[in-house]
Amino acid sequence: MKKIFTLFIALATVGFASAQTMDEANSKLPSIDLKTLDGETVNTSTFSNDGNPIVVSFWATWCAPCKKELSTIHELYPDWQDETGVKLIAISIDNTRSSSRVKPYVDTEGWEYECFLDENSDFFRAMNGVTPPLTFLMDGEGNIVYTHNGYSSGDEDELYEKILELVEE
Amino acid sequence: MLKKAALISAGLFMFSTAFAQPDDPGQIHGNVNFTFQQYGEDTLINAVVPPSETAINAYTNLIYTRGKFSTGVRFESYLNALQGYPPNFVGNGIGYRYASYKDDFAEITIGNIYEQFGSGLTMRAWEDRTLGIDNSIDGARLKIKPFKGLILTGVYGKVRVGFNNGLVNSQGFIKGINGELSINEAFGALYDKQMESLENNDIDTPLKATFAKRISEMPLKIGLGGSFVSKYQKDEDPALILPENVGTWSYRLNLQRKGIFWKNEYVYKINDPSTDNRFVYKPGEAFLSTLGYSTKGFGLVLEYKYTDNMSYRIDRGQQLTIGTINFLPALTRPHTYNLAATLYPYNVQFSEVAYQANLSYKIKRGSKLGGRYGTTIAVNYALATSIDSTATISNSNPLYGYNADLFGQRLEDVFFQDFNVTITRKLNKKNKLKLSYINFVYNNDVNQSARDNLGNEVHGNIYAHIGVIDWEHKLNKKNSIRMELQNLTTEEHLGDWATAVIEFTRSPHWFFAVMDQYNYGNEDPERKIHYLLGSVGYIKDAHRLTMSYGRQREGLFCVGGVCRTVPASNGFTVTYSTTF
Repeated sequence: MKKIFTLFIALATVGFASAQTMDEANSKLPSIDLKTLDGETVNTSTFSNDGNPIVVSFWATWCAPCKKELSTIHELYPDWQDETGVKLIAISIDNTRSSSRVKPYVDTEGWEYECFLDENSDFFRAMNGVTPPLTFLMDGEGNIVYTHNGYSSGDEDELYEKILELVEE
Repeated sequence: MLKKAALISAGLFMFSTAFAQPDDPGQIHGNVNFTFQQYGEDTLINAVVPPSETAINAYTNLIYTRGKFSTGVRFESYLNALQGYPPNFVGNGIGYRYASYKDDFAEITIGNIYEQFGSGLTMRAWEDRTLGIDNSIDGARLKIKPFKGLILTGVYGKVRVGFNNGLVNSQGFIKGINGELSINEAFGALYDKQMESLENNDIDTPLKATFAKRISEMPLKIGLGGSFVSKYQKDEDPALILPENVGTWSYRLNLQRKGIFWKNEYVYKINDPSTDNRFVYKPGEAFLSTLGYSTKGFGLVLEYKYTDNMSYRIDRGQQLTIGTINFLPALTRPHTYNLAATLYPYNVQFSEVAYQANLSYKIKRGSKLGGRYGTTIAVNYALATSIDSTATISNSNPLYGYNADLFGQRLEDVFFQDFNVTITRKLNKKNKLKLSYINFVYNNDVNQSARDNLGNEVHGNIYAHIGVIDWEHKLNKKNSIRMELQNLTTEEHLGDWATAVIEFTRSPHWFFAVMDQYNYGNEDPERKIHYLLGSVGYIKDAHRLTMSYGRQREGLFCVGGVCRTVPASNGFTVTYSTTF
């Protein structure tokens, strides 16, 4: 038990010391390697959108609410892009059992998102994900400004309001 | 203790400062997640109340990153662990901690590591809290990228086999190396390099460069891979001479050309007598192949898997989900509808031949069949059968166990078969309809999860048909209602079942749901039981709080072909999660 507290206190101290100068917006993506749907390796640090907002959404082919969220946004996506220049990056956490189904699924649905595979959930874990769907919104500088856990019909409106807030700033 | 803490934090701080940009103070992130359950008595469904009456599984993760440096811990609590959770999760403490440094060339991690080589058939260290799986490797990992397109990984460490007021590691340890090469990316890097030297020396005739450019830009993408994993465990068996080092290796070839992809992996494992294979000395072998084609509105995936004697654990004597080193994917569709997911879930076998075909097609919007918004049809067929094996002739080498040849199969020995069709159609702005039909052949002699009214195992095949209507209606911008009606018919096992779900959501904060699973076809009138479960959830940004009350049926709870048994329960459950 002693050891645990030692470690905890140590970590908390470092965190606190660091956090003092850290403001809310200074929260960026960790750098993790992902696979493209073509099997090439891409690092999350290369995510960019010319200073426009980026939405990062974690999903899986076995996750019904995730698919609902991305299908709903798919219909609104052209308008969202025209109005705000936002880009959506969809990260599948399907493992070996179902990861080969991701590309066919994306193609069938005709999603225009940038899609990546996170087969052993390395990125999901680094983003502190527990269950999908998990959605992050980043401003033009790559700071995470909004996080949402889960999806139900209408949640896309709240997300879009947050995107609009960023653009209007 | 405080002194030690101060020392560690000073060390961490200096380490992080040394590698970080001077103006970057670093960031702390984390998550909190717990499931609390209260158990009530319910003799009708054989719900057992544990002595502690309540249980909680709780997790807190903290990750600190500063520039290229990152470190993290996870605090875990099992007071006591949820009923049906593996027995090796006890108490309070730190179950995971790591520190890592990463730049463009290398990444070094010490402490607990999650890692997957290829498809995971040789090694996969991963975590799934819902299943009680955490086989992280406690040791060190080095990952290097000598040039673009090539990634080399080496790991060395013990395997997490449990939790007892802290991390419990295996006695033995594993070591593994893995290489991934993308031919196209590598030649692209070579081209860039050659062009650079051209600029410097001003040589013309860039023949080599043209060649490299051609390879890097060809439409055929080639990926090669290979891994070698070895585990060490002392032989303490009084009777048998057991291999103390067991090696496994694999070769991979991935091809892709426009919409077509073909992925292959072959695995070999030397003799590895264990409880799983009843201590036979036969080596293990596996082959996994996936062929797919997709284009806008259409997708087709064909999969083949052969595995023979592929259990691979850090401890020969361990069972269930404990101490696994590799991952054997089930080639079946992960179902999400209650009856299809809980009654007859497939339990992947260490030796099996499996096929799967998955087809999806979107009928264009605006067409006669497709309707105003288009209609999606998904068809899936999965079959798992026995491999072809013959017992070794007695006296020749009884410990070898049996003979089996790669690709050998016995199609008549069906372990599991699943044929399912799903049609999804948005009817209009407010209504969406999803219809599913699922047909199972479930060999319970293999899966061993179906039990009759008296609790005895059912023998032979169970044939089941399931129909599902899933209708979603948007009341207005914020409110929507969803209804599921499911019906299962079977002559075997417990007879027919029906499940009804009504879910009301009010975006962005609330959801309410009621589910009733009803065994209306049970022969015994007293056992025509309703399993009624009500849930309320509140969501705010990254926070998610769910409360539910009711009955849950005993059964196999599976994700990705890995299962754990969940006992029947009747009570109150609270789950909470957040990410920060």
